[in-house]
Parts: sequence; C-alpha cells; structure tokens
Amino acid sequence: MITRDYIISLINSNKRFDGRNLLDYRDIKIEYNVSEKNAEGSARVKIGETEVVAGVKFEVGEPFPDTPDEGTIVVNVELTPLASSEFEIGPPGIDAIEIARVIDRGIRESRAIDFKSLCIKEGEKIWLIFIDIYPINDGGNLLDASYLAAIAALKNARFPALVEDKVDYKTRKENLKLNFLPIECTVYKIHNKYVIDPTHEEEKMINARLTVAIREDGKICAIQKGGKGPISDKDFDEMLKIAYEKAKELRSLLK
Amino acid sequence: MYEKRFDGRAFDELRPMKAKVGIVKNAVGSAMFQIGKTIALAAVYGPRELHPRHLQDISSGTLRCFYNMMAFSGSGERVKPGPSRRSREIGLVTEKAILPVLDLTEFPRTTVDVFIELLQTDAGTRCAGICAASMALADAGFKMKDLVAAVSCGLVGGKIVVDLNYEEEAQEDAVDIPIAIIPRTGEITLLQADGIVTREQLKEAISLAKRKCLEIYEIQKRALKERYEKEVK
Repeated sequence: MITRDYIISLINSNKRFDGRNLLDYRDIKIEYNVSEKNAEGSARVKIGETEVVAGVKFEVGEPFPDTPDEGTIVVNVELTPLASSEFEIGPPGIDAIEIARVIDRGIRESRAIDFKSLCIKEGEKIWLIFIDIYPINDGGNLLDASYLAAIAALKNARFPALVEDKVDYKTRKENLKLNFLPIECTVYKIHNKYVIDPTHEEEKMINARLTVAIREDGKICAIQKGGKGPISDKDFDEMLKIAYEKAKELRSLLK
Repeated sequence: MYEKRFDGRAFDELRPMKAKVGIVKNAVGSAMFQIGKTIALAAVYGPRELHPRHLQDISSGTLRCFYNMMAFSGSGERVKPGPSRRSREIGLVTEKAILPVLDLTEFPRTTVDVFIELLQTDAGTRCAGICAASMALADAGFKMKDLVAAVSCGLVGGKIVVDLNYEEEAQEDAVDIPIAIIPRTGEITLLQADGIVTREQLKEAISLAKRKCLEIYEIQKRALKERYEKEVK
C-alpha cells in the first residue's frame, strides 16, 4: 500500500515510487490503425499503465449559420467504466467534458485543420469530424494520453469518398491535412514540486495543473489551468518552460 | 445460391481468432477476444455493493453486463455514444448467456459488473462480447462451471454458414442466429434468430454452432493458460 505521506515525501526529495525523475514520462507507445475497418483514423496510446484509444469518423453535416463555409470537429471523451472502478455508466460527467474540451481547443485553435477546406457546399454541406476517445485503463495522466491518441488518430485519418453528396464509407480518399502538429503537455504541481505524467496514486495529491497546447513554431494555442490550488507567476514560468521542453519530446514520438 | 463466401472461407470455417486475458490492469479480470475484424474488450469489477438496495439479492451476487460499441467502431456513420435499446438488450442476453456457469452465491447483495466495449466491428459482436466476458470472469477467479463460447450461425443465399461477417449479414435474405453454449455439456445459453428459416435449417445451424464453439473454447482456454503460466514464471 502506497500512502499519501510516502508519495509526498518522495516527491519532496525529487523521487518517485516508480523510480522516475519528476519530469520523466513513463514509456510511451503509439500504435496506429487499431480500428481501421470502420474508423477513418484510429490510434492507441499507452503511457505506462494508462491506455487510451481514439477513433475518427467523418460525416456530412450542415454548417453553423455564422460560419457557412466551414466544417468543424467534435471531440468526445467517454470515461467508460471498463477503464476504472471510479468511472460510472451514464452520460459524460464533468471530468470527461473537461478533457474533451481541452483537447478540442488544442486542436481547433492551433489551426492545424483548415475548417474552410471542410466545406463541401457553402451554407449547405460541410464535413464534420468526430474524434471519440476511450480510456481502456486509467493509470493516471489521462489528459496527455487522450490528447496524444486524438492527434495520432487525426494524423492518419483519411476522408471517405463523397458520391453525389452521399458518403461512401467503403472508399477512402486523401489524408486529412494537418497544417500544424500541436501538442498538449500537462505539468502538475504537487507540494511545491513540478511533476510530469503522474500515476493514478500521484494524481490524487495534485495541487494544481497546467495544460498547454503548443505548435511546432512555438506558438501557444490553448491553455487550461486545473486543480484546486493557485499558481504563482513563478509557478507559471517554470511550468510553461517544462511544457515547452516536454512537448518537443512528445512531438518526436508522432513522427 | 451462395457458392463461395465473399472472403473465401469454407461455409463451416471461422474467421481467425485472437484472445488475451489481463488487458485492463484496473479491473479484477479482463479479456480481449477478436474474431476476424470484430474486436471485443471486457473488464470485470466487483463484487461491490449493488445500488439501489431493493435490487440486492440476499442469496447471491448479481451479474450485470453492459455492452457498448465505441462511436467509431461501426460501419457507416458514427454510432452515437450512450446506451440504445439494442445495446441494452444485448447486455441482458449476455447476462443470461453467462449466468448458468457462474456461481456468485458467496457474494450476496453485491453486483459483479462486466463492461464490454467493441473496438471494431464486423458482425458477430454479441458473440465476441460473450466470449470475452466469460474469459474476463474466469480471469477474475469467480467460481465457474465452465466458460461460455459463442458464435453466430446463419443463412446466406440459402446456405448455412458459420461466423457471418458484416458483408454476409447485410445480404437481403441473410438470417443471423447467434448461439452460445456451455462447451462441456453442449447446453445452449443464448439463442436468437432473425429471418426466415425452416425447422431443419435451424437444427443444422445449431449443430454447426456447437461444433465450432469447441474451436473457440480452445482459444479461450489457451489464453487463460498463457496468463497463468506467465504468472508462475
């Protein structure tokens, strides 16, 4: 049994019970096309014991009235009770909604996907890209694992064919173009220390977290400050610096 | 007349299978069962307290099975997340398919929950889910008389076939007959059908399913043994 005090005393002396340094990710594995028969894009990400799958589906829909020439993305996270005894059956709760919205912003605001290129007929038909994310095992840091699975699934997504305005799902066409490869990295603050990729046990000790989405040109495209505790200017500077470094590391895994 | 199967299989030939237990660390038991392109994952949690209390059984634990297709797993459009009438019924028949082999009398008033997620589908999903669920319960160490093996038989173009894929199931005259059996006794624990069949065809389909379930049973047992051998090492 790993106690709360033990975890904190370790972290205070810059150690962790699994032997990692505070700013180390666990082993990360990315696998593509894990559900390729019907999903236009799919990926599985494992970070240590955490495992997440994501799949992409294209549909033809109607544009929003204020953006008649733009398609869009829909990000959905299902914290299925398969993945943890702490998840319950039912519509997405606030945790699932937060993860989905943070991922949505990271992708949407990066301009990685040119929404205008998803227009089929102005004012009438656009492509809707659904990104559905399912944790298979929650071993901590679902935020980063889910984001990586989502961007990996998008990276290998291919448009289905369009025949007389109807989708022919049996025929795949060109790859979805990503103009940038935005990466989200979450830096956690536990008892005045900054920590990357907490396990499920460590996650319970978090005072604050900062998720930053960063493009390869160094521009930031989304931020989420989470957790109960506040962060100071110094915290923010340090956490941001760490996020930049770690985002680079994560991006190299996607190539 | 259906002379040659779309994917080139013999009429009584199953698609290639893969099975593995222990795929979800958080669960007390878990399994993956793949047949062709259909991939089912199952994880077991419990025994734990059953709410609301009036559902509690004072003489035994309660088995609850939840079937779900991931939103991107179906052919055609995205499957809307959340329970549907179809998924709830499949959960129900999955429970009934497994209950005859499972003994939860040691755990009165509790629930044992099995969550089944389909990662990819190419027909035969409820049967794959039942195969995975029974393996996951065995992996969890619950008292069981046997595993449950399941496969769909049916009629395509008037021919009796085993383990229909989506393309076959989508044929206009196709009849789908999912069947689960207790391999050691040959007893049937799931039997459904939709479509027009004669009494003789139905009998033939059931006997074919029974025969093929024994092949599935071997794959299930091997996966459980592999896990056990690994742990001894």
